[in-house]
Parts: sequence; structure tokens; C-alpha cells
Amino acid sequence: MNLLGIDPVLLIASLMVSATPILLAAIGETVVEKSGVLNLGVEGMMIVGAVVGFITAVNTENPLLGFVTAAIAGALLSTIFATLVLYFKSNQVATGLGLTLVGLGVSALLGKPYEGIKSPTIKAFEIPLLSDIPVLGPMLFSHDLMVYISILIVALVWYTLKYTRVGLVLRAVGENHDAAHALGYKVIRIRFMAIMFGGGCAGLGGAYISLARVPQWTEGMTTGAGWIALAIVVFASWRPLRTLVGAYLFGGITVLQLNLQAAGVAIPVEYLSMSPFLITIAVLVIISARGNQGAPASLGRLFHASS
Amino acid sequence: MKLKSIFASTVAAVALSSAAMAADVKVGFVYVGPVGDGGWTYEHEQGRLAVEKHFGDRVETIFQESVPEGADSERVMTQMALQGADLIFTTSFGYMDPTINVAKKFPKVKFEHATGYKRADNVSTYSARFYEGRAVQGHIAGKMTKTNKIGYIGSFPIPEVIRGINSAYVHAKKANPNVEFNIVWAYTWFDPAKEADAAKALIEQGADVILQHTDSTAPQAAAQEAGNVITFGQASDMADYGPMPRVSSIIDNWAPYYIARTQAVLDGTWTSTDTWDGIGPGMVGIGEISSAVPADVKAEAEALRDALASGEYHAFTGPINKQDGSAWLAEGETADDGTLAGMSFYVEGLTGSIPQ
Repeated sequence: MNLLGIDPVLLIASLMVSATPILLAAIGETVVEKSGVLNLGVEGMMIVGAVVGFITAVNTENPLLGFVTAAIAGALLSTIFATLVLYFKSNQVATGLGLTLVGLGVSALLGKPYEGIKSPTIKAFEIPLLSDIPVLGPMLFSHDLMVYISILIVALVWYTLKYTRVGLVLRAVGENHDAAHALGYKVIRIRFMAIMFGGGCAGLGGAYISLARVPQWTEGMTTGAGWIALAIVVFASWRPLRTLVGAYLFGGITVLQLNLQAAGVAIPVEYLSMSPFLITIAVLVIISARGNQGAPASLGRLFHASS
Repeated sequence: MKLKSIFASTVAAVALSSAAMAADVKVGFVYVGPVGDGGWTYEHEQGRLAVEKHFGDRVETIFQESVPEGADSERVMTQMALQGADLIFTTSFGYMDPTINVAKKFPKVKFEHATGYKRADNVSTYSARFYEGRAVQGHIAGKMTKTNKIGYIGSFPIPEVIRGINSAYVHAKKANPNVEFNIVWAYTWFDPAKEADAAKALIEQGADVILQHTDSTAPQAAAQEAGNVITFGQASDMADYGPMPRVSSIIDNWAPYYIARTQAVLDGTWTSTDTWDGIGPGMVGIGEISSAVPADVKAEAEALRDALASGEYHAFTGPINKQDGSAWLAEGETADDGTLAGMSFYVEGLTGSIPQ
């Protein structure tokens, strides 16, 4: 089964791998923004997750432990942002950008001794029975554990936001923090936890780059994945399931264009290279033309309990 | 008027403060990637450190890493010039026009642009004949491939990269007439994830040799994952990935050049020059050929390296036709530097077209 000389099974398999880091970061950021906070520090939290996960995995030879510590590191870093923004009322945009710079610097420092070292990689986890299905098995059910976990996180976030009380409260805080406060909800505490969740997810996403997708540590290796994740949140109009679509679309086009080139398909490379960005812009235009973009009403606004 | 005087006093203050420092000469370096990329920028950083070590207190160096090519680099260079840098090395092809622009504004500051072709009274260019190293790589690749498919990760379709592809192909073809090249343009110098994806895409297409013209070690890691795939270190030795997948490498050695040019500024003898050195003068090094390469192939590759170094053999020696079949070099004829510097065509046998 070949299309234009590309094996679709391998293509979809590698698409899922290349989309996983941005998917993880984007789903975390969705929750943060749903609570009404804009954290532009995704890139910084990702790269810190990448380096901490890598260091742990190398020293313990246990990549799964690497992911756990990466999530913790991302969450810890995000508490700096949360403290500054929620308690000291600093500007969210500036603080988020600062967090990215801090993350890039800290990771370069921590990672110095780990350049050129190989990490233990996570083995593919073949889901029993399902992975034996022809075509679909190797395509969808023979990935490493993190690919499934990322999808699971998306599903959980979707369910939580849509069907649970916790999700309802979180959305209320994001839509109108004054009203939520008047109802007695702890706006600051809820946002703090949402930001930590976002940090943890970004850390996981970063670790996926350094432990699974590449796998090695190189300074600055996330190269803008965090910013793409931020764009995908908007692209998905703050809906978890659309985040999945957005991340796979973006990852898919990136991988597809490289594969088309490798297969020698005579499509001008320039168009292929810019296609992910063109499609993103097109979708953003369509979404905004439809008016309701679904942005939480209190997104990016400062909250004073007294007002 | 007012702005101008503020500007002038700032410049004066900067000049004063730099005069107050002990160093005689301040040297700036503009890098396209992080110093820890393990490849291109890493080697330039080694050159900078060598300058510091060689001159001690007489020279102060400053650098800025991960500077995007284009307008942003102009800002960085301007800032370095305002900080009192006497000599600025701009180490990526895409800094060419920005370097020329900034050099016009600071006629007293000397600029050195790597891999470009535009010069001015205060702008030199320097580059290394990486294509000589590519010839050695091509030979090993042609001999070692079992699938006869060689994957090539290109960065941008500029003469330097095209030269490398042509040189590698000519020598791979000589070693193995059935060899085919698959070329993927990544449109980045440094993006580990994308470089790894590109390597994986090529491996999925059956390539068992990956050549890269991007700066990170990510393709090495991807090849290692895949197993029976060989790679070559790019710009830096990347010895951590030997003996497999990395079987050899092209090493850029900028230190002697950086020291010589800094010395020239100290002596006041600096003039605008165009330097293009290869294996012979030591600007391009061939990294240790690993144990994964059979002894006879290794001997041939080393003989090729030595012939290139001594100048007895040129990497582009005719007969070579262009991709469209038209004659380029006749039997025994060698390519002139002008054609090589502006190379924008594939040689015969390569498939696909160069993005314009």
C-alpha cells in the first residue's frame, strides 16, 4: 500500500510521534487559558522538562522516571510564574516571556554536561491484540506509552471540562473571575493549580522531544515548539478535542512534507515547508470570521479580590 | 538634533568605557545556533575560546548565540559595534546582507563574514572548502551503502550546500555506479526535532547512509535508533556517536584563522580579504574513520583525503556534466573557484530540482 511512494502506515505512525510534544504542551495550556491566565512561558517549561527528563533518564536509566521528573520540573517552574502573576499581579505577557527566557537559560546550564550522551529510550508498547490488526496495528497501536498517555490526557481534560463540577468551576473562573469570586470560589488557588497542570504538561512535552523524538539533549532543542503549542490552543478555539486535531494536523503536515521530499515527489519544497503555517493561518482566519472564538472572557485580565 | 546628541554621547560613553578596559581589541562573534549545538556553532565557539586563550588579557571577546538570520542580526551587530567591538565575526550565510549594511555604518569596525561572497573595505569573507570533506564522505557512503540509497539533509539551497551535495554525489557515484541520492531540504540550520524527522523520513525510504548539512546531532541519534544506518559528523567531530552510526566526519577548524585575524587587527595590518581554505591548510579536517568501515575503504578514503590535501587531486575534476546533460567540465579539467562559489546547479545523475 503506497501513496506517492510513501508508506501511509509509517507516515501516520511518525506523525503521531512528531505531534505528541506540541499536543501535550497545548492541552496543558488550554487548561491554563480556560482558567483565565495566559502563560507565554510554554517554551521555557518545555525545555526545562526536556533537560530535567533527560538528566533523570540518563542517571537512573529509567525513561519513565524521566517523564515524571520532567512534569514535576515543568510544574515547579510554572509556580514562579503563578506566584508572580497571581500574588504580585505582574503582567502576564511579560512574565510569561520572562519565564521562557529563564527556562532556556537554566536548561542550557543544567544540560552542559549531558551533551552528546545517549539516553535510554522508551520501548514501543504494543497494545495486546490491537497491535496485531493488520495496517491499523502498526499504525496506531504500536507506539511508546507517552503517545497513549498524551491522548488519554486530552480525553480526561475534555471530560473534566465538559462534564464535571471541577471543570465547570474552572471555566467559571476563566469566564468571569469576579462572579466566581462572589460565589465563593478560590480564584487564585484554582488558577494556581491550573498553571501547575499546564507546566507539568509542557514539561512532559519537552521530555518527549529529548527522550523519544530525537532522543538526545541539545541546547535550545525545542526550537519554538512551545510557541506552536500556544498557536494550537487558539487554533482549537480552546477546545480540548480540537487541540488533538490541531496538533496532529500540524505534526502531520511537517512530517508529510519531509516524507514527500524524501520520496522525491516533485512538489516545490517551498510550498511544502510553508504549508503548516499557511493552513494554521487559514484556519485562524476562518475561526475569527465566524465571530465567536471561544476565548475565555477573563483571559489575561488581572484579578483583584477587592474589586 | 537632540536625539543625535544623545546618540553621540552614548557612543562617546561606550567608547570611553571600552577604552578604560585593559583589552586592546574587542572581538565579537554572532552565532546562528546555540554554542552547545554540537556542530557548526560549537566549532566557532571553540575558535573564540582559542582566541581568548591565545591572547589572554589583550583581547576581550563577546558573543551572541541563536541570532536569527535577517533583520534581527543587524540589531545584534550594531549593538556589538556600539559596545566597542573592533572586529566582528558573523558566522552564518544569512548574515551576508546585514553584515554589509552594518559595516557601512561603522567604517572603523572590521567585519568578517563566514561563507558569503560580498566584501567591502571593512568586510572580509572566509569559508572552508567543506566540499573536499564531502568528497571523502561520498566515497565512504558509496562503498558502504547496501540499499544504494543515500539520504541527504540539506539546510537551505545556497551554493555552499549545493556544492556539498554535488561533491558527495560525484564521489559516491565513482565508488558505486548504482547509488541514488534522496535530498530533503529542512529550511533550517538548527532544529533537532525536524532534523530527526527528516532523517527518519529518509530512512523509511530505504536510505542506509545519512549525510547532513544541518548543525545538530539529531540525525545521528535518529540513525542510531534505526540501527544499520551510517552517518557523518557535520562541522564538528560528533565522536560521541562513533563508531556507529558516525563513521567519520568533517571538522571545521576556525581557531587558526580567528587568531590570525585578531592578530592582524592588533598589529594594524588588517585588510579586507577572501579566504577559502580546505583540507591542506587545515581549515577542514576529516575525523577519525571508525572501525565500522572496512580497512580497504578506509585506506581509499584516506588516500583521497591526502590527494585533496596536497592539491594533486581536485574534488571537481572532469568529465562532469550538469544535471541537464550539458557539459560542465571536460576530461581532466577542474572547476574554478568562481563557478564553485556561486554553484546553483546539480551535476548529472542527481534527481529532483533545486528549490529556487
